[in-house]
Amino acid sequence: MGRELYRAIVDGILYGGVYALMAVGLTLIFGVLDIINIAQGILVVLAAYLSYVLSVHLHIDLFVGLLVTVPVMFLVGVAIQVLFMQRLRGRERTSMSLLASYAVMIIIEGVLYLAFGADYVQLNASYVNNSVYLLGFYLPYIYLYGFGLAVLLVIGLYLLLYRTGFGRSLRALMQDQTAARLVGININRVSALAFGIGVAVTAVGGMVFGATNAFNANSGYDLISRLLAIVILGGMGSIGGALVAAVFMSVTEAIVDIWSPTWSVVVFYAALVVVLTFRPQGLFGQREARAQ
Amino acid sequence: MRRNRTRFLPVAAGAAAVMILAACSSGGGSSSASGSSPSPTNTKPLIIGASLSFTGDFSADGQAFKRGYLLWASDVNKAGGVDGRKVQFKFLDDKSDPTQGSTNVQQLITSDHVDMLFGPFSSLITGPTATVAARYNFAMIEGAGGAPAVFDTPSNKARHNVFDVSYPIVDQFDPLTTWIKSLPAGQRPTTAAYPIVNNPFTIPPEQLAQKQLQAAGVKTVYSKILPMELPNATSVADQVAASNAQAVFLGSVDVPTVAAFMKAFQQQHYNPKIFAATAGPDQGAAFLKAVGKANATGVMTANGWYGGYDNPQSKAMVQEYIAKYGGTASDINSDVAEGYGVGQVAAQAIKATGGTDQTKIIRYLHSGVTLQSVQGPVQFNSLGMNTKPVLFVFQWQNGNYAQVLPTGAPGSGQIIFPKPNWAG
Repeated sequence: MGRELYRAIVDGILYGGVYALMAVGLTLIFGVLDIINIAQGILVVLAAYLSYVLSVHLHIDLFVGLLVTVPVMFLVGVAIQVLFMQRLRGRERTSMSLLASYAVMIIIEGVLYLAFGADYVQLNASYVNNSVYLLGFYLPYIYLYGFGLAVLLVIGLYLLLYRTGFGRSLRALMQDQTAARLVGININRVSALAFGIGVAVTAVGGMVFGATNAFNANSGYDLISRLLAIVILGGMGSIGGALVAAVFMSVTEAIVDIWSPTWSVVVFYAALVVVLTFRPQGLFGQREARAQ
Repeated sequence: MRRNRTRFLPVAAGAAAVMILAACSSGGGSSSASGSSPSPTNTKPLIIGASLSFTGDFSADGQAFKRGYLLWASDVNKAGGVDGRKVQFKFLDDKSDPTQGSTNVQQLITSDHVDMLFGPFSSLITGPTATVAARYNFAMIEGAGGAPAVFDTPSNKARHNVFDVSYPIVDQFDPLTTWIKSLPAGQRPTTAAYPIVNNPFTIPPEQLAQKQLQAAGVKTVYSKILPMELPNATSVADQVAASNAQAVFLGSVDVPTVAAFMKAFQQQHYNPKIFAATAGPDQGAAFLKAVGKANATGVMTANGWYGGYDNPQSKAMVQEYIAKYGGTASDINSDVAEGYGVGQVAAQAIKATGGTDQTKIIRYLHSGVTLQSVQGPVQFNSLGMNTKPVLFVFQWQNGNYAQVLPTGAPGSGQIIFPKPNWAG
């Protein structure tokens, strides 16, 4: 049993990295823009398909392909913000963002169905199927790389937010849009860039998701509820919180899987409810975020 | 003959009007079938409604089923239609959700006034939708609802409106377990694992296989029910790998679950002697696309049909499918044949009863008549199970979907055993 438990914890930490990669963009967008991006799941799938096209049709390595998919996803994010989200104003902005992003999700899903059909595909590379024997277990390279990328992304986004002038603009926007505008920050420009960055980091999550799961245009639905749960548990807007919450979720599920896989999801959501009862703002969120 | 029919048109129309008025005045009793009354002069399009999964977990199967239905419609329409009526489909997306499926069937019957209903994909959705159909005395002719839970509903026991043209899934692994038991003791797997996704389609055949193999001395080292929305199949697959079972019977309903297990097994350097899944490997090119041709070799599943099935109707359908969509016989999803077979059985019932009166169709299908389909002969028992199904075990062999069991059956080739190692 001890070995099984140890294995579950190691597995959970590694899988948590994959979920963190998909969730950090969602929490960044909410933290800066007060937008609940329901389209995050389908954006992950879109990124996975972009990696698939580069890998299968152009024979570009999955990681090298990120040099293309990250900028493309950045542009997709900017376009979504400019075309759909920028127009949302007033007190109902956050709730209206649910509807707007839902529309975005439906549009992208439809386009992906037309382009790729309903068949499932999966990304492949030697490091996707292989593993290294470490600590008494075979640890798949793709999960190790995914976890490493998740840590790097969290550090990168932290540095962007707290060590750059652009980050100051973003944080000003997070605190008070009106005041930010009064001190000369171009709200529309910063918002578009923030949304773009949020979606760009999803490109990395999409690639790792596509390498670890067979997916089709519909796969975003299964993801979004879990990503939202991670972001809420970590604290909406907290980038480090997303990583911690993703790892907590995966470790909890992997441990419960030992006894009863049927209960793994239930136990995680029960834990989520308990945490939110005592900390409504999530593990690392600020109270103001919940008040919105 | 044509002229005679035309002469009776006003009379038939008048009779139909009286029947409609009578039905309305009776308060819409559920026994009145909403299908068109039988009339040899009826040349209106035959509207067939089907709720299929175009989005959600079963979207790949839903699309394949739609192809089967449309391919059948195209064939019968080319030949003049069913009983002179051109077939038109009204499809609704159930999003892989039983509740939405039930709503769709209600809409198809009460708002769209379809003449016939064809089944959705999977036992999970067929059961509840058939119950709705029973309220309106509609026959639910289907090809992917073979679980006992579909037949054992109170509505079906009362109305007997379910007709599954495919095989009853509880026996799915029979040929495989029989073969395993026939192996010499030195070759026979000694341990087996049964990870089973919680679905009415997967549990009965898995539990039966487990019971049969345990009785034959094959020790169960893993047997757990997994949630339908399995968040992380890799974690469970790692546990199965850690059990080191020599045979794995995966109770799956889709390709991603099978693909996740295969990938995790490969990452864990674990290769069972036998790897069989209830569904997923039967999806032809869609399966190979997800897992890769080389890795698929040795993977098994059981089904009632495959592209190389030695049946004249099946061969004709396969040729038409390839002409329309390309590929090879191995690429064709068995859902296509199941959908096509539904159409064939329905057409024979409509012709035999002279229309779409649902009461007559239900009575006819329960009459013990043997019908023909691309999946072979079809005869229904009192609960609508096919009592004359053919059942094969298939194994992917270097990109070919090969029939390997039952041993000695026409078309059964050599089984690759033990399963070769993963291709890397």
